[in-house]
Amino acid sequence: MTAAPQPNDNTEQADVYFNVAEQTFVADVSGALWWPETETLIVADLHLEKGSAYARRGAFLPPYDSRTTLRRLEATMQRRAPKRMILLGDSFHDLDAMHRLPKAEREHVCRLQAQCAWIWITGNHDPAISERLGGDVCEDYAEAGLTLRHEPGPLETTGEIAGHLHPAARIVRHGRSLRRKCFIANDTRVVIPAFGAYTGGLNVCDEAFTKIFLTPGTQNGPRVWMVGENGVYSVAAKDLRGD
Amino acid sequence: MIAAFEARHSTLLIAPTGAGKTLAGFLPSLIALHGEGPERKKAGRDVHTLYISPLKALAVDVARNVITPAEEMNLNLKIETRTGDTPPARRQRQLRTPPDILLTTPEQVALLLSHPSAATFFADLQTIILDELHALVTSKRGDLLALNLARLRTIVPDVVSFGLSATVARPTELQAYLMGQSDPEQKINLARRHFVSESTTPDIKILESSERLPWSGHSSRYAFPEIYRAITDHNLTLVFVNTRSQAEMVFQGLWEANDANLPIALHHGSLAVGQRRKVEAAMVAGKLRGVVCTSTLDLGIDWGDVDLVINVGAPKGASRLAQRIGRANHRFDEPSRALLVPSNRFEVMECRAALDAATAGDQDTQIVRPGGLDVLAQHIIGTACSGPFDTEDLFREVRSALPYSELTRDRFDRIIAFAATGGYALKAYDRFARLRKNEEGLMQLTHSRFAQQYRLNVGTIIEAPMLKVRLGKPKKSGSTAGLRGGRMLGEIEEWFIEQLTPGDTFVFAGRILRYEGMRDTNIFVSRAKAENPSIPSYQGGKFPLSTHLANRVRHMLSDASSWKNLPEQVEEWLQIQQKKSIVPSPQEILIETFPRSAKHYFICYPFEGRLAHQTLGVLLTRRLDRLGARPMGFVANDYAIAIWGLRDMSEMVTTGSIDLDALFEPDMLGDDLDAWLSNSMMMKRTFRNCAVIAGLIERRFPRAEKSGRQVTFSSDLIYDVLREHEPDHILLEAAWADAATGLLDLGRLNDFLTRINGEIRHIALERVSPLAVPVLLEIGRERVPGIDPDDLLRDASNDLIKDAMGRQSST
Repeated sequence: MTAAPQPNDNTEQADVYFNVAEQTFVADVSGALWWPETETLIVADLHLEKGSAYARRGAFLPPYDSRTTLRRLEATMQRRAPKRMILLGDSFHDLDAMHRLPKAEREHVCRLQAQCAWIWITGNHDPAISERLGGDVCEDYAEAGLTLRHEPGPLETTGEIAGHLHPAARIVRHGRSLRRKCFIANDTRVVIPAFGAYTGGLNVCDEAFTKIFLTPGTQNGPRVWMVGENGVYSVAAKDLRGD
Repeated sequence: MIAAFEARHSTLLIAPTGAGKTLAGFLPSLIALHGEGPERKKAGRDVHTLYISPLKALAVDVARNVITPAEEMNLNLKIETRTGDTPPARRQRQLRTPPDILLTTPEQVALLLSHPSAATFFADLQTIILDELHALVTSKRGDLLALNLARLRTIVPDVVSFGLSATVARPTELQAYLMGQSDPEQKINLARRHFVSESTTPDIKILESSERLPWSGHSSRYAFPEIYRAITDHNLTLVFVNTRSQAEMVFQGLWEANDANLPIALHHGSLAVGQRRKVEAAMVAGKLRGVVCTSTLDLGIDWGDVDLVINVGAPKGASRLAQRIGRANHRFDEPSRALLVPSNRFEVMECRAALDAATAGDQDTQIVRPGGLDVLAQHIIGTACSGPFDTEDLFREVRSALPYSELTRDRFDRIIAFAATGGYALKAYDRFARLRKNEEGLMQLTHSRFAQQYRLNVGTIIEAPMLKVRLGKPKKSGSTAGLRGGRMLGEIEEWFIEQLTPGDTFVFAGRILRYEGMRDTNIFVSRAKAENPSIPSYQGGKFPLSTHLANRVRHMLSDASSWKNLPEQVEEWLQIQQKKSIVPSPQEILIETFPRSAKHYFICYPFEGRLAHQTLGVLLTRRLDRLGARPMGFVANDYAIAIWGLRDMSEMVTTGSIDLDALFEPDMLGDDLDAWLSNSMMMKRTFRNCAVIAGLIERRFPRAEKSGRQVTFSSDLIYDVLREHEPDHILLEAAWADAATGLLDLGRLNDFLTRINGEIRHIALERVSPLAVPVLLEIGRERVPGIDPDDLLRDASNDLIKDAMGRQSST
């Protein structure tokens, strides 16, 4: 067995920039999307209280997923200091999740909301957001030639930011397979990874992605950035593997 | 045995393979049932004798062997098997009208006991026969079985257990396993013991090859012609290897050498069942001359007239060798013949040590291990499925099982809480509880769907996700469209396929195949014309060297007078080592440092087996990194560890900037280990297995939409969250205990570090020593496990940059 020593190299990777519909974005290492020009932080698919949804069926996953997700969100907000947060839907795992959210976590959401403007976009898991939670609620949101929505629309678009699909990519390197969440984007669309602590991922080689992007590696095909522990890394289309 | 049965004494019968011990176990039952005669039928008795074997196939085989004498004795008994393959209708019928003798596996016993009618079903049970007990008890299956035996003893207090076992190092452990341990303060309860000794000494030889012995590697390719010659000289030869990939390679090599067109077959656990059965039938029918096989043929099934066993590679343990040799001449009065084929120079010494151990009758199988907490969690739900239970009573019952005899009340209560609500400090799930106290104060299942869940997930064997290998070629290369399932060749580990790209070739089922693509849980392959597979198989050896054999090898190495028993090439190799460096004494650990092509090497020779070495390699590398030695990587085999780096480590040791005593200080098993492990893939895998066994995550089923990967992925997320918020949760504790005894071999490592304290011998060399050559040759040959995932990503990303910028420019 061979192993390289693990470099104790926690230096921050330089930010990864890309353009969608002529706007510049940063793929944040947390899996959030940072929109510098409007100082907006965009996250998708928090799936809060997914743990307790499973517990109802007798699978007692650790009841700390909402806490973890919100702490990670807070850490990202501290780093980026956004003026506005936009949540791209499926923020809650189901309609009842808002009521199951423990008191401490509810208060945590309030504290985060107090820091900046807050927009909930609804998703298929959370088609309605309780008014008691505060923040604006909408199905989609348009700005600067871009539409922000939960589920990506058809192939043809002039500018879109979406979540829903939980993109993940897999590469093989030195006889080892590595699967991580990822950003996938072309000039007119970006789909961002799921942010929640218990959210899995769908491989970008899946048909769900080729339907809305062309095949990676072809002309105008999408580019992919994988989210690592300490940085976000662009990956060549030829290195992508299906599951 | 008959006397033991009549006196109601549980007994352990130890006999070498082939001595007919299985039948001996049944004899008392047959006689007793004969005695009961027709009265028995009238009284409507339930199961009299329960036979439990580790293998389905063995249960079926034994059933055949017992039915014949029962019929000859005109017993008119109902003898039936119950395994995962038994059709549901028959299982239902068995519950209504139980057979007199039931042959089954530990998992099926657990299922039967989880049934509400378990107490009546087993009410008439007289005898439990545990076959191949030595193979059962060393695993989590053994824990599950121990808990179920305890349950059976509660239902029928005077049931008699017969354990059947091959020779083991410490039979008292098995004797204690067979009995209920009432009180840990008291003396341990032991079953009686009955020995049938070996009447002949096995005839074992080490292959004296005229070829040049390889320095390293596991292929044994050099010896293929000689192995073939041995097969030619015998009627039926079993060629044992340690891994599936070795089996494939040896089979191919023999096929190439097969000028006489001898019928030689391949048998390993990944082949399609139909194919395996064909080989087995051909063996029994005497149609084969040789079979290349893995441990799937290790256990006591009787497969025809084997007159030679060849063990390719070192056997790694004295007991494993004894088992395998027992396959030859399955008749009690003739010596077993065996040929050991070492695949490299170190293995020559190891084979010699194994041979000496076999001659001395030494064994090394270790048995006693604390029972898994995940298994206990599963058992508690199973118990609740059969009916409400009293916590006090269950605690007493669980502690009567040997693996759990030292279980503390605190741990037990935490496992109960885990089974009931997940056992989290944050009591978030009380309203969803699976178990709850009823009005009588008994713990009760809250919903019948949890019983169904339990029945689907029972068992402790977590298979690595496997994919089916099918023949099939797509119309368009790389696309799986239009692929239809061709003939299935067998199953292969997912991790192996993960590294393939369509077009790659690899060896499987005795041929070179081209990987075409994957769909669902199928991978499609076509026959390849290539002579050499493009993807090598990485699994070198599966079993680590046993402590017992390692000790013998260390002594052999230090004792120059014993070298004359080794082949000349090996003797010469050790003599040069003595001249150029030193040969350490058995107490010492030798450390060599030397420069080589712009890198500096640090080699140590602990002889503690690959698992312990991997752990030690990681920890030493971390420490050397902190000391500024700038290590770049390490490689480990069963005998040695080689670390390489950028700074002159000879100088660092001489000047004292590396203090060897401090470097090997046992405290590395504290914080350093913790820091590395918490984030390691291995720990996450271990956690996943515990989570599945304990019932936190559902087992994966064929055809269920949840793929193995999705389970892997989400259990990693659960692990991260749990570690962050509740690092002392009982399931993390269970996973840690598993890793420590299993993959990390921490106990052994700790013994080693304590043993070598003050016994470190350092030699600074100008160049590589003869002893270091084998481990250095492993570099680049093995898979890279410990690497930081981010490094892989950075690597992939840099490639992209290079592509974009043109190859010439540096990045």
